[in-house]
Amino acid sequence: MPKLTIDGTEIEVDAGLTVLQACELAGKEIPRFCYHERLSIAGNCRMCLVEMERAPKPIASCAMPIGEGMVIRTDTDTVKKARNGVMEFLLINHPLDCPICDQGGECDLQDQAMAYGFDRSRYQENKRAVEDKHMGPLIKTIMTRCIHCTRCVRFATEVAGVPELGLLGRGEKAEITTYLEKSLDSELSANVIDLCPVGALTSKPYAFVARPWELSKTESVDVLDAVGSAIRVDARGTEVLRILPRLNEPVNEEWLSDKGRYACDGLRRQRLDRPYVRRDGKLQPASWDEAFAAIRDRVQGVQGSRIAAIAGDQCDAESMLALKELMTRLGSPNVDCRQDGAKLNPAVRASYLLNSTIAGLEDIDAVLLVGTNPRWEAPLVNTRLRKAWLHNGLRAGIIGQQLDLTYPAEYLGAGPDTLTAVARSAHPFADTLRQADKAAIIVGMGALARPDGEAVLGTARDLAQAVGAVRQDWNGFNILHTAAARVGALDLGFVPGPSGRDTAQILSGASNGEIDVVYLLGADEIHHSHFGKAFVIYQGHHGDAGAHRADVILPGAAYTEKNGTYVNTEGRVQLGRRAAQPVGDAREDWTIIRALSDVLGQSIGFASLADVRKRLVEVNPVFDEVGEVTGAEWTDFGGGQVTDAPFELPIANYYQTDPISRASETMAACTRDFAQADTARTGTDG
Amino acid sequence: MLKDQDRIFLNLYGQDDWRLAGARRRGIWDNTAQLIQMSREDIVAAIKESGLRGRGGAGFPTGLKWSFMPPEGERPSYLVVNADESEPGTCKDREILRYDPHVLLEGCVVAGRAMGAHTAYIYIRGEFYQESEHLEAAVAEAYDAGLLGKNACGSGWDFDIYVHRGAGAYICGEETALLESLEGKKGQPRLKPPFPAAVGVFGCPTTVNNVETIAVAPTILRRGGSWFAGLGRPNNTGTKVFCISGHVNNPCNVEEEMGIPLRELIEKHAGGVRGGWDNLLAVIPGGSSVPVLPKQICDEQLMDFDSLREVKSGLGTAAVIVMDKSTDIVEAIARLSHFYMHESCGQCTPCREGTGWMYRVMQRMVRGDAEVEEIDLLEQVTYQVEGHTICALGDAAAWPIQGLIRHFRPEIERRILDRKTHSVSTPMAAE
Repeated sequence: MPKLTIDGTEIEVDAGLTVLQACELAGKEIPRFCYHERLSIAGNCRMCLVEMERAPKPIASCAMPIGEGMVIRTDTDTVKKARNGVMEFLLINHPLDCPICDQGGECDLQDQAMAYGFDRSRYQENKRAVEDKHMGPLIKTIMTRCIHCTRCVRFATEVAGVPELGLLGRGEKAEITTYLEKSLDSELSANVIDLCPVGALTSKPYAFVARPWELSKTESVDVLDAVGSAIRVDARGTEVLRILPRLNEPVNEEWLSDKGRYACDGLRRQRLDRPYVRRDGKLQPASWDEAFAAIRDRVQGVQGSRIAAIAGDQCDAESMLALKELMTRLGSPNVDCRQDGAKLNPAVRASYLLNSTIAGLEDIDAVLLVGTNPRWEAPLVNTRLRKAWLHNGLRAGIIGQQLDLTYPAEYLGAGPDTLTAVARSAHPFADTLRQADKAAIIVGMGALARPDGEAVLGTARDLAQAVGAVRQDWNGFNILHTAAARVGALDLGFVPGPSGRDTAQILSGASNGEIDVVYLLGADEIHHSHFGKAFVIYQGHHGDAGAHRADVILPGAAYTEKNGTYVNTEGRVQLGRRAAQPVGDAREDWTIIRALSDVLGQSIGFASLADVRKRLVEVNPVFDEVGEVTGAEWTDFGGGQVTDAPFELPIANYYQTDPISRASETMAACTRDFAQADTARTGTDG
Repeated sequence: MLKDQDRIFLNLYGQDDWRLAGARRRGIWDNTAQLIQMSREDIVAAIKESGLRGRGGAGFPTGLKWSFMPPEGERPSYLVVNADESEPGTCKDREILRYDPHVLLEGCVVAGRAMGAHTAYIYIRGEFYQESEHLEAAVAEAYDAGLLGKNACGSGWDFDIYVHRGAGAYICGEETALLESLEGKKGQPRLKPPFPAAVGVFGCPTTVNNVETIAVAPTILRRGGSWFAGLGRPNNTGTKVFCISGHVNNPCNVEEEMGIPLRELIEKHAGGVRGGWDNLLAVIPGGSSVPVLPKQICDEQLMDFDSLREVKSGLGTAAVIVMDKSTDIVEAIARLSHFYMHESCGQCTPCREGTGWMYRVMQRMVRGDAEVEEIDLLEQVTYQVEGHTICALGDAAAWPIQGLIRHFRPEIERRILDRKTHSVSTPMAAE
């Protein structure tokens, strides 16, 4: 390990670091704008200049690799002068409009100007003005504030894989632009807002909404996809104003998908803020007592086998456990969490997890994607695959629909026949997988949510075995979920009991009169028209499809309004935390079920959240390992006869997949700009 | 004064045929195979012995630079010739390309051999249209004559030359920006390290040399390093093509010995300063980026790297810009500031922001529309830019202003005070 001297102190650091990193290890703060750990090094802001012995000029520490015996000084007059000089240059053409800038209070330029700036300007000339650019419904641009650090350009090109941003022009006339004035077409586009060290790129929906010091900040997890990104929920009073990513290396690094970030305005619309009971064919506002009484009247005396429950895609484990306990007490085995009918096997944990782990996907060099579009189903999983392509030359194959994944992928075929061919080594891609050091197979819901899903699962398992993707030290068999609640629900057993009905059978039972009562826990992605004459209880937070059909509505809490446990697609147990109060009369979901159970005379008994969590751990010990991925045993699963039907992708529109994002204005704008960009519009549109 | 038999560029004025036949008559391509068959080490040793320093402006020892190239390995090595001559006042490479392209091509083969490169790219300035045609024609002739390509000159050494035309950006003459441009990207300088000898064009070891540096190499090898070292002054050896422009009676390019007195250079070759030596105001001795020198320094000044550095200027490209007493020196330097503002690539902060600032203050200085204290401010800004940028364009923008303030501060102050007194005495319309 090279040894170097920083400000007179010797320090030994790992080879391959830069001087800036070494200085940080030595506890020296180096100011910077363009440098970012996860992007390539540009070295253009010149803020990180330090002195190096024997160098005639100060060096950019972010770009200088360390060497044995280097002598670095960060505290000399020359360094101070250089930094002050650069800061002055950055400020001369900066508008200094902090009072009306949304970055105010969390601005790198503002903070560093406090440390390195002069207290007045020596610049007497006219300032430069730059025309603002159109970057779509998410990113607001005030380009006069831009300091040309090119972080956004590097993010778009390197991480997001959409080279649609660039620095045009030169000298003073250099401008960051999207070249053709079009929206930045990426599911990760809004991360450039976090990366922008000044207020040039800010959040459009959040413009002029709040100052950072007014907000209460709560650390939580995202539930809009199954990645379980770490987020910080910023709320003022009862309103969630914005959601930002939080550092979590094994899951989302420090990025967040646009949906996870921007669907939060959907939390303010279409909310169920009080119970409703259907009277005379119309949903009428009611009190909690009235709602519970209506349920008691209908449920009492009904046989357990004629009652059913379906859990939705964003439920916390606590509420699902409570509902499952209640159903057990009512004698019903008819519970299911697989709204889409995915043929997942709850008995074998390894059969429904992303076993490689999200971070593990960075190391693979071959991947087969089966019935999945990771770019839409889990954008942050896709960035890992892109990383694998950048660093290991990942060779990707697709079975399903043709996709643009931001890295090259070979299209192999449309359906199970191709999968079977690869599994039998009758397709050349089998050799690609076999020759890889680490191969992975990622099976999406598009391949499993179909009648022959179990057979597809079995074929994929055989394939993984055959090409050596599952070994002692490596499990490359992966399921990519789209629902944040799914793995948790499978872990706690929210699946049909002995002779119980699954989602499809519940629906058919309800329509032909074999099921009398259906309890929907946030389940909106099913065909509600199939419920026939059944009595439908909908517990959830949005007036979406499920609430529409309901006979009784119990207003629950959205994910930002409750403390809940979620298990992401790789099986990592994570805690969401309450950032705001549920709206109106709404309550945390497990407490609603607990209260209802008392009314029904079938009390499930939990007195506190701790009680529920204790029970969770009893049901499945994985819930005790918060923040961790627990390995799953690799046993036999899947089987049957596949059909010829091609795989269909589970998500048609990335921006609207659940009640929250469907209620979001921002997501609607994105849908118009991106998902339906090709649809011709009439003159009266918008 | 340089003796005729010591000249390297024998057709600098285009009096002879520039094509292969003429070149051969002048001794170019004469038994080049023998030079190529020298070992790498011997060639580098000869160049080191000659004391040749890069002719593009920085004056880095050429032999040392060549010795940085790694031994031939998996990755190919490249020679890149910088023919993007854009420094205002400089037109030496243009004449070589136009009238003596074969001397450059022969140099490429020899230099390529010395660095283990089988390929050379000549990046020629976009505006050099006719020159690029001559160069292309010369390359074609050389291929036809078996001087290039497989078994170049019958030496057993394969060597290819490609000519690449630039698009006219000054910054593309900076070696790493040139490599970016050559790769088809936007011409912006790269961070160093890694240096081109480790990671150059297409990620392979590369040496970038000026046209003149490469062109003198074969003659040095033929006549021996000691011959070249015997010309000029210690550490500033050999001959150099000077470009004399401005207020002289006969602006010209001329090959001369390094270390020739400036006055002798101007009076012998350029017909003297317009109106006589005493009418001289100042000289920019090495292209627009080096600080200007007033007459009293020019009187005794020697023209080489070290002598000019001693007076806080530089030899640069040896483009001597002569200004007589009719010159508005402040405006002349302000014009250069405009050039550097216009040509800044915009990548790094001090240059992007500083060049515009300097230009705008200079503009006011021209009119005297400033405060005397602002001269100090301007000088501070130049030092805030200098040495803090990725490439040397920031330095190049700062130096002319530093030279101006160092030597012509009274003139700037006079204008400021003049304007103040003048404006006070002007009656306002309302009075």
